[in-house]
Amino acid sequence: MSDAESKTSVKITIDGREVEAEDGELVIAAAERTGTYIPRFCWHPRMNPVGMCRMCLVEIDTGRGPALQPSCMIPASEGMTVVTDSDMAKKAQEGVLEFLLANHPLDCPVCDKGGECPLQDQAYSHGPGESRFIEEKVHFEKPIPISDLVDLDRERCILCDRCTRFADEVAGDPLIHFIDRGAQTQVNTFPDEPFASYFSGNTVQICPVGALTSRAYRFKARPWDLDQVESTCTSCSVGCRVAVQSSRNQVLRYQGVDVDAVNWGWLCDKGRFDFESIHAEGRLGEPLLRADEGHVTATWSDALGRAAGAIEAALASSGPSGVGVIGGAQLTNESAYAWAKLAKGVIGTDNVDAQLGDGLPAEAVLGLPRATIDQACAPGGTVVVLGVDPKEELPVLYLRLRHAVVEDGVTLVEVVPHATGVTGLAAHSLVHGPGAVADVVAQLLAESPADAGGIGAAALAAAGTAVRSGPVTVILGRGNLADRGDLVASAASRLAEGLDDVRFLSGLRRGNVHGALAAGLAPGMLPGSVSLDDGREWFHDHWSTVPSDRGLDTEGILNAAADGKLDVLVLLGADPLSDFPDHDLARRALAGARTVVAVDTLPNPSVRQADIVLPAAGYAESDGTTTNIEGRISRLSQKVTPPGTARADWVIAAELAYRLGDDLGLESLDDVFAELARVAPSHHGLTAEGVGIDGVLVPLDRDDARTDARTAEDPVGLQTSGGDEEPTADVDPEAAEAAAEAEAADTEAGEAEAEAEATEAQADAEAADAATPDEGDGVEPVADDEGEPAGPGLPAPVRFSATAVAVPSPDTYSLRLLTTRKLYDLGTTTQASRSLAKLAPGAVLHLHPHDFDRLGVEADGQVTVSNREGGRGSVTVPVRPSGTVPKGAALLAFLQPGGQAAELIDASAVVTDVRVEVAR
Amino acid sequence: MSDQATARTVPQMITGRFQYDDAHTIERYEATEGYAALRKALQMHPEDVHAEIKEASLLGRGGAGFPAGVKWGFCPPGVWPRYFVVNGDESEPGTYKDRLLMERDPHQLIEGVLIGAYATGCAQAFLYVRGEMALAQERIAAALNEAYAAGLVGKDILGSSFSCDIVLHWGAGAYIVGEETALIESLEGNRGMPRLKPPYFPAAKGLYMQPTIVNNVETMANVPWIIRNGAEAYTAYGAESSRGTRMFAVSGHVKKPGVHEVEFGTTTFRDLIYGHCGGIRGNHTLKAFIPGGASAPWFYEEHLDLPLEAGAVGAAGSMLGSGAIVVMDETTDAVKAAWRVVRFFARESCGKCTPCREGTSWLEKVLRRMLDGQGRPEDIALLLDLCDNISPSIAWPPKQTTICPLGPSAVSPIASAIMRFKPEFQAYCGGGDVPTSVTINGKAYLPPEGAPAGV
Repeated sequence: MSDAESKTSVKITIDGREVEAEDGELVIAAAERTGTYIPRFCWHPRMNPVGMCRMCLVEIDTGRGPALQPSCMIPASEGMTVVTDSDMAKKAQEGVLEFLLANHPLDCPVCDKGGECPLQDQAYSHGPGESRFIEEKVHFEKPIPISDLVDLDRERCILCDRCTRFADEVAGDPLIHFIDRGAQTQVNTFPDEPFASYFSGNTVQICPVGALTSRAYRFKARPWDLDQVESTCTSCSVGCRVAVQSSRNQVLRYQGVDVDAVNWGWLCDKGRFDFESIHAEGRLGEPLLRADEGHVTATWSDALGRAAGAIEAALASSGPSGVGVIGGAQLTNESAYAWAKLAKGVIGTDNVDAQLGDGLPAEAVLGLPRATIDQACAPGGTVVVLGVDPKEELPVLYLRLRHAVVEDGVTLVEVVPHATGVTGLAAHSLVHGPGAVADVVAQLLAESPADAGGIGAAALAAAGTAVRSGPVTVILGRGNLADRGDLVASAASRLAEGLDDVRFLSGLRRGNVHGALAAGLAPGMLPGSVSLDDGREWFHDHWSTVPSDRGLDTEGILNAAADGKLDVLVLLGADPLSDFPDHDLARRALAGARTVVAVDTLPNPSVRQADIVLPAAGYAESDGTTTNIEGRISRLSQKVTPPGTARADWVIAAELAYRLGDDLGLESLDDVFAELARVAPSHHGLTAEGVGIDGVLVPLDRDDARTDARTAEDPVGLQTSGGDEEPTADVDPEAAEAAAEAEAADTEAGEAEAEAEATEAQADAEAADAATPDEGDGVEPVADDEGEPAGPGLPAPVRFSATAVAVPSPDTYSLRLLTTRKLYDLGTTTQASRSLAKLAPGAVLHLHPHDFDRLGVEADGQVTVSNREGGRGSVTVPVRPSGTVPKGAALLAFLQPGGQAAELIDASAVVTDVRVEVAR
Repeated sequence: MSDQATARTVPQMITGRFQYDDAHTIERYEATEGYAALRKALQMHPEDVHAEIKEASLLGRGGAGFPAGVKWGFCPPGVWPRYFVVNGDESEPGTYKDRLLMERDPHQLIEGVLIGAYATGCAQAFLYVRGEMALAQERIAAALNEAYAAGLVGKDILGSSFSCDIVLHWGAGAYIVGEETALIESLEGNRGMPRLKPPYFPAAKGLYMQPTIVNNVETMANVPWIIRNGAEAYTAYGAESSRGTRMFAVSGHVKKPGVHEVEFGTTTFRDLIYGHCGGIRGNHTLKAFIPGGASAPWFYEEHLDLPLEAGAVGAAGSMLGSGAIVVMDETTDAVKAAWRVVRFFARESCGKCTPCREGTSWLEKVLRRMLDGQGRPEDIALLLDLCDNISPSIAWPPKQTTICPLGPSAVSPIASAIMRFKPEFQAYCGGGDVPTSVTINGKAYLPPEGAPAGV
């Protein structure tokens, strides 16, 4: 720990060895840290100790004579003597283990946990060898489903309280608990209330026996058949570290990896179970070309040739602006850079946007002072949740925020258009009318606030005091897809100007959107978080060309396409027909673009309409790096081979450039990484070694970079939560292997078709190394420009300041639409994951009870929601009253089965007003 | 009866009103000095009330026998609010004294609680009454309504500036909730399971993590008498270490089982069993008796002349505990008696600690198997080793591998029965003996001096 020095340390003796422990550190943790493993089941380093299983009994002497004590409950104190292997301690441990096995079914041969089971392992290492129990064991029905994702076998359960504590303490979903008494004690749900938590999969991972199993993994593999690499989850942009485990070239499971800076070992269920989409039926494995009916397969040569031909024709007829590129947030940093270079540095178009009209201006994301999760969660601080619902969009960030509020006394203020998953944690919950966010923030900052957005002056004054009282981290996201992102961005701008000590943590959710924006996949931006104008000169030295003018964002590109002004529309893992908030515009755009090229992994509605489909390697199918909400770059690792001839996105970009008569100069992943580190100002000085295992924050001179991240030399922390239960403190050989693999990932090219390029790649990487003196070992200071070729200096990072947006007043007949995201929706990846596909809650219109009476609609009745005045369509959905929605608002979640809110939204309008009528 | 007890009349300090059928009504209560103590206390400074109780050295009647006045002083100064909780979850087998106090004289309890709350600065009190005691709940509810109507409970009590609300809470029927931290958990609406220690005393952090006084029903029933008559009058009765009177519930093979309020610390077991309770039933003889609740090591003939006093009983290797005395005559099957007690603990284990949850139910299964004729010679050694794994070295007072003493409670009856009545066990399991590797450290567990070894 970095703050170890600041805490007083005490000397204690463990098994005759004197060791240093932090004052207050639990004996079990101090022992493990110094190489003595004390057996345990209930203790988990990320949860409060309960001392239930009694497995960690050791003899502790604090001066009053040795006594058997649970080492998970006793903090180390000066002069304490601990004996873990005395006759008395051993008898107690063997006794507890025999007790635990008395009613355990011993069905290890058919148990998923067998082979990685702490009970099994510790029965060998700390058990009595055989049992004297000859009576009938306790029986329960086995297994019973406790949620859609998790099964519970109560016979195997040893009642350690890990899952129940997790649900209560960590997730805040106390939906499982002990019932009954004595040997009949069991974990169960309340009647008719399933364990419907977004985090239920974590209970499976931390279960020390095979009592909790996930349906997605149940009976799929034995642990000794699994092989793993460490990677980073890209289901959302929090950047949780995961161990990707596979057997026979099939990814079968993700396990959360405990890193201090990000996810603490936890994953959300969406991230944990969407591995099923990797091997989903229908994965694109061959290039496709449009035929009279549907698509026909083609060779890469034909498909790339057609795509290049279309781009050349566009350049000839309309110039660079005839080409638009939408997407890139699913790409690795390397692929995003390669595509940015292709689009902006070869084709020369600035009509490039990684966001689908559902995000925020790139300048706001990259140009406001950035915070880390640790900074946001630091005790004594204040967190302002602006717009976004972290529980639905960034679930593991929600867990960190919950811990910060509940355990560390962080003050949370939310400024949101409807009550969110953090409302219960908020000291001040400011739920404002749709579109009023900027007004509310203005009053929040005012000395003597007036009422704003339906919130009283007193509430604003109280929240304002909290916001002004300490370091503030604003979690900035796009809460409502039915009003313009500029609204919340201008509110953020006000906070940046109005507060002294304020930082921003992005709340944009899409996988690598931050990496894509930083790589320049946004209009007016160039790689390295610099604006087109500031970076033009610098990039002229590195690229063939640089766009002359600021281009269009996604809305602009789609409008151009719809108006027949776009020759080539490239969809880079993007599905505007689903994800763009204005479906009407998206449909017209895809029909109006002359040639649509889709680079994707799965056939989504937009891919089905594309003229040329290029299959890309997906998650766990290529190496690279990704960037999270903090700007932390961490590794993505290949575990399985892509289907068919699918290839990494950066390879496709390089091939296209070649066919356009140019050369990206990128022949290996190392090339891309090295060039990114060389030319992108925010990534300047970055090295593969510097990324390490825990990732690294860019720019490298950020004052918030942690110094205690795990390093390759100290991979102990690599052990997954399963690993923390290993019976010995030795480094898990599998984990060490994974560390070595992760370390080597950047020098080791992919396994499949990339193999041929490997030798070349190696040579090029070396050449690149030699050409860049900055690339030494570890991290170099960014200010050191020595050795750079003469030329323009590094451009300054982009800064953000917003212009105010005027919000029209609502008319009395309309309700203002709120469209927010739920964790589970009709997104392609979610729907391609068997376990998750049915979890989308469905389209339901939520209204304030007051508006219910006003409109004369009935609960659970069908209503028609329409925006005909705005030139959009209507949907018919059930309606329910909800106290979470302000008066005058209508909440309809995005991309849900049963009715698309995107049919109602006009992307060009500042807000969306809808009529709600009883359906006829 | 001992000479001292017969020499003078000992007042019925807390069961005096049991002679009236309508003792539970406020009319009868007020007609018999009821609420006089409260009126008197409200004229005193709270610290003086506290000092009076301390002076009376009123021992807790729940089992541990900790002085109530001292306990009241444990609240950290300046921390508010504080809560006053009465533990009416009496569920130790053979214990039924608190039930009678709650059913027959609920106002006495309410008055005691109000005085206690006044002395300790609590504005909120909770009466936690065992779920199965329907009549006690009804009587207390009715009494509270009467007391509220009379201005005795609630805001500005009797025109003073002292306000205190009393909430009646019904338990859900769990023995473990008699443990004060489990009771607090249950009161908070959680599953009744003992809290982790530290904090060791609810007085520091109890209900809702605020300072909390938890006292037994009988303890609080003594308070009005003490305030009315003064600590000096109180300490005139009882032994040096145990002042006043105490209620004992006698059950089992005696002619007249029942609850008796006797002078505390001077009365002997013989006085109680052969005097108040009329001796062993029929023409039978005493085999053994449990002196203080199901978890206490058993006593025998040679212990009859011990006084009902915690120190003396403790020195002899058992405990006075909750004041429940269960008498067994020579027709009792020692193995079956041990099984019956162990079964209670196995069923009532809250399930939190492995050794208790698994160990007690395993012990119960082994004993049941022996009774069913399936005993094996190694079973005696097995039973004792399992006991040792729940309560290391089978000592008294017990050590424990668990958080609370429930699990080790199941060890006492087995150790007692095996050590004293080994041949009965051997008969059930075809021989077998106590292995030399097993240590048993309890005075009451040892055969009487002069008895043949191995008997």
